[in-house]
Amino acid sequence: MIELKTEQADASTEQLTRKPTVHADVQAKQTAKEMEEWFYTDVVKDHFFSPRNILRTTQEVENYKHDGMGMVGSPACGDMMKMWIKIDQASDKIIDCKWQTFGCGSAIASTSMLSVMLTENGGMKLDQALHLKPQDIVKRLIDLPQRKFHCSVLGDKALRAAINDHFSKSGQHSRMVIEGAKVIDKILKITDKDIEEAVLEGAVTLEDVQKKTKVGAQDKSCIPEVEQLIRFYREKFFGG
Amino acid sequence: MNNEIYLDHAATTAVDPRVKTAMDKYWTEEFGNPGSFHTAGLRALRALNNARSAVAKILNCAPEEVIFTGSGTESTNTAIKGVFRAAKATKKNHIITSTVEHPAVLETLEYLEKYEGAEVTRLAVNKHGQIEPAELEKAIRPETLLVSVMYANNEIGTINRIAELSAIAKKNRALFHTDACQAGGVLDIDVKKLGIDLMTINGSKLYAPKGVGALYVRRGVQIHPLIHGGGQENRLRSGTENIPLIVGFATALEFAQQERGPENARQTVLREKLIKGVLGSVPKTFLNGHPTERLPNNVNISFLDIEGEALLLMMNEHGICASTGSACTSKSLDPSHVILALGLPYEASHGSIRFTLGKYTTEQDINKVLEVLPGIVKGLRSISPVNLRMEDVLPQERLEELKALQEIAK
Repeated sequence: MIELKTEQADASTEQLTRKPTVHADVQAKQTAKEMEEWFYTDVVKDHFFSPRNILRTTQEVENYKHDGMGMVGSPACGDMMKMWIKIDQASDKIIDCKWQTFGCGSAIASTSMLSVMLTENGGMKLDQALHLKPQDIVKRLIDLPQRKFHCSVLGDKALRAAINDHFSKSGQHSRMVIEGAKVIDKILKITDKDIEEAVLEGAVTLEDVQKKTKVGAQDKSCIPEVEQLIRFYREKFFGG
Repeated sequence: MNNEIYLDHAATTAVDPRVKTAMDKYWTEEFGNPGSFHTAGLRALRALNNARSAVAKILNCAPEEVIFTGSGTESTNTAIKGVFRAAKATKKNHIITSTVEHPAVLETLEYLEKYEGAEVTRLAVNKHGQIEPAELEKAIRPETLLVSVMYANNEIGTINRIAELSAIAKKNRALFHTDACQAGGVLDIDVKKLGIDLMTINGSKLYAPKGVGALYVRRGVQIHPLIHGGGQENRLRSGTENIPLIVGFATALEFAQQERGPENARQTVLREKLIKGVLGSVPKTFLNGHPTERLPNNVNISFLDIEGEALLLMMNEHGICASTGSACTSKSLDPSHVILALGLPYEASHGSIRFTLGKYTTEQDINKVLEVLPGIVKGLRSISPVNLRMEDVLPQERLEELKALQEIAK
């Protein structure tokens, strides 16, 4: 308990000292940006209005020969993505990539951009592709509104699923990356993935996350770990 | 207004030029404070009184029962918090509302629940988004202080039978508040006929400027102000009265109510054209809200397999301004709480679009939408991996209703 207290105190003093000195400008810019955030950058719009590497009909999907397919999301969540990749075995590179997306403008634009990044300059090495971060896609799109960040994450996850599918089909089982979820709240069976999802959807505080997940409602002992995870994911996706 | 087709009148309306003219002199010439003891102040006071009387006449109430505020949200906050706080000494702490209310109601109640000991019941709605009187009857109890149910829904346009609901409240000695923000310029807002104790109206939806609203408070209702100070607005809203906006509000409300008969009829024709046109030409679509008991300007349609925001962006590129309560445009990524409350599965709740017509909307505008929309939907569906069937997401009775509608459309 005492440890937790000092940690919180540290975090708040750090915030206090950081805010006015470093971020004053950035904050002003962010507010202005947030006010206009419905309007995407030109790059986002370009990829939204003319998506690259798309498979348009069921016919095209059926005829597309691929080495791996990944699918994430569901229509119920409001986001769903399918990604197909072709691999050049010798160079271990992605030489072609197609996709389909059910989702908002940013979801469509980020998948399109991801497909370009994977296939440009003769294709990306699989190991490099596995190290792609959602931020890398956002950077290429110039920017995405913060609450749209999860859209670029979905593309990234679809890619990982497609690569795993390829590893599995080509017998490279040792290369498969299995992302296991760890149960944090023992009573409600809430995992670190659920917390990650909540943070991606814009939760900043413990209270926000609890509103979305009810984590710690009964199992109070998990709250310090939840708070750490929130900090971790905020840092990971939004840079702190 | 170039080539823009503005179909988002439920968000806000343009100021009627006649309203702007009526307001003009109160900025620089008649700028007095109604509280001042001199002729400049007196002239301002007269303008204020005239505006209040005009609104009262439309509401069929006494002028002192009309309070001018800064917005619909403020009116609602004053109504709910004010009544709840004034009842602290009594044992009544129960408030009933519905799941499809505007955030101004829902968030205010959540606050009172969390910090001030209110007990809140949120009534589910039927498949068209209406509150069933029987449900209210079941939920109401001796300690029910207030019932707050919207007159017409801002997302799906469904109209509630307020008089029936308020009668139940009265019988059980509970007060009744209605949020009439979408109804103010369109429906009959006679408070006696509606049988209500409190009503929220707002200027920015009825061709008045933004930043002004009104609250009807029946004489005898115990209520505390949100804002304390000089005691303006019958002690319920302190602060120097904003005469130009108040004059604008009253003038706009008068015009809207005078002209609503033929205007509603005109918009209803356009509304039906749009609904039938879309349902007839775009497969896998359905109407949200009540087929007939809906605002004359509201069209809310769901499109399967695509997401609402993507559709909005595409339409915006064609100069069409519409709106979605769903997923990505709102702060939360969850689907609209109103669409979800209609009892449809999540799959069917993401691609809903709201078109709200206004008095400057023409048939050409509707034709343009009908011309470009099918292609836009087709394009987005072609890049979507989802391919739902209507049978999977809609209950049987809704399917049959829809079939009938589509028959008419053809």
